[in-house]
Amino acid sequence: MFSFTRKQFTMLVVFTAIVLTMPIWLSPLGAAYPGLMQKFVIYAIFAIGFNILFGLTGYLSFGHAAFLGVGSYTAVWSFKLLSMDMIPALFFAVIFAGIFALFIGYFSLRRSGIYFSILTLAFAQMSYSLAYSVLTPITNGETGLLIARDDPRAIDTMLGVGQSTSGMPMPSLMGFDLTGYSGFYICALVLIVCFFVSQKIFASPFGMALRCIKSNQTRMMYTGFNTKPYMLTAFVISGMFAGLAGGLLAVTDPIAGAERMKWTESGNLVLMTILGGVGTLVGPVIGAWLIKYFENIFSAINTNMLNSFFEFLPDGFQSVMVTVMSKFVGEGWHLTLGLVFVLIVVFLPGGLVEGTERLMRRFRRSSDKPRSSVSSAASEERS
Amino acid sequence: MTETPPNVVLHVADVFKNFDGLKALSDIDLQIVEGTTHAIIGPNGAGKSTLLNVIIGRLPPTSGAVVFDGTVLTGMSPHEINQRGISRVFQTPEIFADLSVLYNIMAPAFAKRDGAFRINMFRPVEDEAEIREEAEKLLHEFGLYDRREDHAGALSRGDKRRLELAMCLIQRPRLLLLDEPTAGMSRHDTNTTIELLKDIKQRGMTIVIIEHDMHVVFSLADQISVLAQGRFIASGQPQEVKDDPRVKEAYLGVPAE
Amino acid sequence: MDAILAQLLNGLDKGGAYALIALGLTLVFGTLGVVNFAHGALFMLGCFCAVVFRYLLTIETVTIDPEQLSPWGAPVELRTPLVQDWLGDWGAFLVDYSVPLSVLFAVPVMLVIGIVMERGLIKHFYKRSHAEQILVTFGLAIVLQEIVKSFFGANPMPQPIPSDLRSAADVGAWFGMEAHTLTYPTWRLVYLLFSLGVIGAVFAFMRYTTFGMVVRAGMADRETVGVLGIDIDRRFTIIFGIAAVVAGVAGAMYTPLLAPNYQIGMDFLVLSFVVVVVGGMGSLPGAVVAGFLLGILQSFASMNEITSIIPGIDQVIIYLVAIVILLVRPRGLMGRSGVMES
Repeated sequence: MFSFTRKQFTMLVVFTAIVLTMPIWLSPLGAAYPGLMQKFVIYAIFAIGFNILFGLTGYLSFGHAAFLGVGSYTAVWSFKLLSMDMIPALFFAVIFAGIFALFIGYFSLRRSGIYFSILTLAFAQMSYSLAYSVLTPITNGETGLLIARDDPRAIDTMLGVGQSTSGMPMPSLMGFDLTGYSGFYICALVLIVCFFVSQKIFASPFGMALRCIKSNQTRMMYTGFNTKPYMLTAFVISGMFAGLAGGLLAVTDPIAGAERMKWTESGNLVLMTILGGVGTLVGPVIGAWLIKYFENIFSAINTNMLNSFFEFLPDGFQSVMVTVMSKFVGEGWHLTLGLVFVLIVVFLPGGLVEGTERLMRRFRRSSDKPRSSVSSAASEERS
Repeated sequence: MTETPPNVVLHVADVFKNFDGLKALSDIDLQIVEGTTHAIIGPNGAGKSTLLNVIIGRLPPTSGAVVFDGTVLTGMSPHEINQRGISRVFQTPEIFADLSVLYNIMAPAFAKRDGAFRINMFRPVEDEAEIREEAEKLLHEFGLYDRREDHAGALSRGDKRRLELAMCLIQRPRLLLLDEPTAGMSRHDTNTTIELLKDIKQRGMTIVIIEHDMHVVFSLADQISVLAQGRFIASGQPQEVKDDPRVKEAYLGVPAE
Repeated sequence: MDAILAQLLNGLDKGGAYALIALGLTLVFGTLGVVNFAHGALFMLGCFCAVVFRYLLTIETVTIDPEQLSPWGAPVELRTPLVQDWLGDWGAFLVDYSVPLSVLFAVPVMLVIGIVMERGLIKHFYKRSHAEQILVTFGLAIVLQEIVKSFFGANPMPQPIPSDLRSAADVGAWFGMEAHTLTYPTWRLVYLLFSLGVIGAVFAFMRYTTFGMVVRAGMADRETVGVLGIDIDRRFTIIFGIAAVVAGVAGAMYTPLLAPNYQIGMDFLVLSFVVVVVGGMGSLPGAVVAGFLLGILQSFASMNEITSIIPGIDQVIIYLVAIVILLVRPRGLMGRSGVMES
């Protein structure tokens, strides 16, 4: 189970180091606070899972936000009914998201191409609408599902884990507090495990079969593979990753709302994966981090900051620049995101990982520098 | 036709195939003897591809059955048929264009070893030394070893065909179906392929070949069946078939070599 | 009985909007082979054509009258809409009828937008995979709606119905029923007739012009388009322009029924894809029939009698129908077999 090539092992070690040292290298970038870093880590998990489906098999799902939502709701219910401990919450989040994915995948995978995309979209939108309307007893509708002081929490009561005397109970791990940095490190460990699993899948015959499906389904069938169960397994695994991410979102902030299930959220997920590089191991992680980072930075910029930034320009020009730029920051951050997305799909369909690779190749041709670990690993994965 | 001899691998028994009332195949009876190469020839539109698709499970026959090694194949899906030991080469090569040449050969070996579906996530492909060695050996034989790390999609058309053939052979099929394996090839490539196929034949492989090129057919086939308008009009040894007046008629204007 | 008729009518105007959007989607998919996720954004842009048109008509000059003072002594601002100032009663009429008249404004604007979009971006994606088409048009949709948001904000911008059309039409009376048993807001009736008119125009164009015939041949067999294509690029551009115009005018006229904001397109997009799928990918009549059918179905599903039996059905009926159709009959109601079936 732990057999590993040297290259993979190096990659995992480097990845672990990068993730665990986030608080250090993110501080000069102004993003080293736990809340944001948790988001980085959680959305990376979400994207890694999505990539197992889209990256390997080429099936574009527009419904993954639904699994994230199911994960969140399940985790909050686990907090309410069982225990404030994160382990049952995550366990059930993954299981329920997996079952839900099994159901949706079973039907959606009967079709391929754009029909598959539309089917997943329809299922997800249906879940979203239901979460807002009929399922209000489970989802608490627009308010979102919250924990309350007087929830039963059967396991906690049974074990006599007393509630703190004041304030709302918070999620914990075996009694450890999960606020601040400890919360981040827990999530980071989960991400590393997820990355490891994804590495294993990419390198395994199973992953190879998934890539064969993307490449040529006809040959796949006539080679003796039964494509359906392979697809369904990939779909369920990626749904479980999404459920895990949803569960972690609830761990860091115990509330679950239906807006997490909206199809534009699935769109954002696709965006992260594409931006980094579909079908590569690190691409989705990089994409998730970049988008969450710039979302945070760009949406915080306001006109005053722009004014001081363009101070060196002559007056009239300054105000023009500020007016133009203000369309792209703050509230207008999504405009930047959309533009970047279009540009990436048009000019760099392989995402940033491929872009880096291309750059490195050009670079190497002029001077004989060694390849960076990221780009060589990425090309390794593709072969 | 007499009683089914014990060494018949594939028996296509009284197969009819209609498309919306149009008779594509009528009364097809075909027995393939183990270790022989059987060619099916015929003019365009004679139903050769339909016959192949019926054998491989892509099209269900209207009536009749395909029996392989004592099992009725009719109604099985392509992967089940492959798992029973029939591999197929397509007219236009079907390969995994996005994967490396080496992986193209290794994938069918996994299908052979692990069956139609298995979640084997924890042992990397790289560690499967046995399958890898076997694949590399085949690549050497097919002259593709130097290109093993390249994307299969980047190969020339002739190399793609050879790759596809190698993908079939690594499964050690009991029956190999070839759909015009030299279509669109240069004379030189055709001859190389013939040599390759002769070599495969030497190893005792049972082969069914559908072919246009008479040169290929007469170089390889032990038995020839001639299909015209969905019926067999002649069947037998190459020489017999060559001399058959009905065949000459069907091939009017297409002189046999 | 009356209730059923009323629901039928209720579904028809919404169905008209669905049909118009789905028509454009199908046209683009059938001829260009492009899955356009930005089509909803075109509908949204159409809505904002109406908003802009009204804004232009109601630009005012503000003068301060030195002789008049308000009761508490402040100077009185006089606001004079320029158009009314110049054109008098005619101007007032223009402002009142801004929504229907904005269609005339929307046609050239949407045509230009469509052509620019096709020339600038879409044409580079004819040969790329459907997944990439979905991705790039999805990105484009985000860009378009964010641009609109940065100019108009996020709040819905209701548009008025022309004052003459605000009443309810006594539809029942026309069919010999007792007066006031079946009434229907006049504007919705106008919308229904309008959408039927546009649909008729598109079909007539496809049927009776050489251009349309070539396009239909192309939809039947995409290979032929290439063979016939003398100036295929230009035809593709025009098709895309037409689809944009149809979506745009559908949006402009819809503004009094649903106040538009920048996201209105996304909501309609998912529904129109469902409509296209139900009608059958690449079938124009299918798109129209399915549009009206689903509009009516949705209207029936939201009846109290129904929702009390199956709660929430009004929210999901359309998706449910789409899922069932896709699984049972992927070619849709009127699609040809083999189109994207697998």
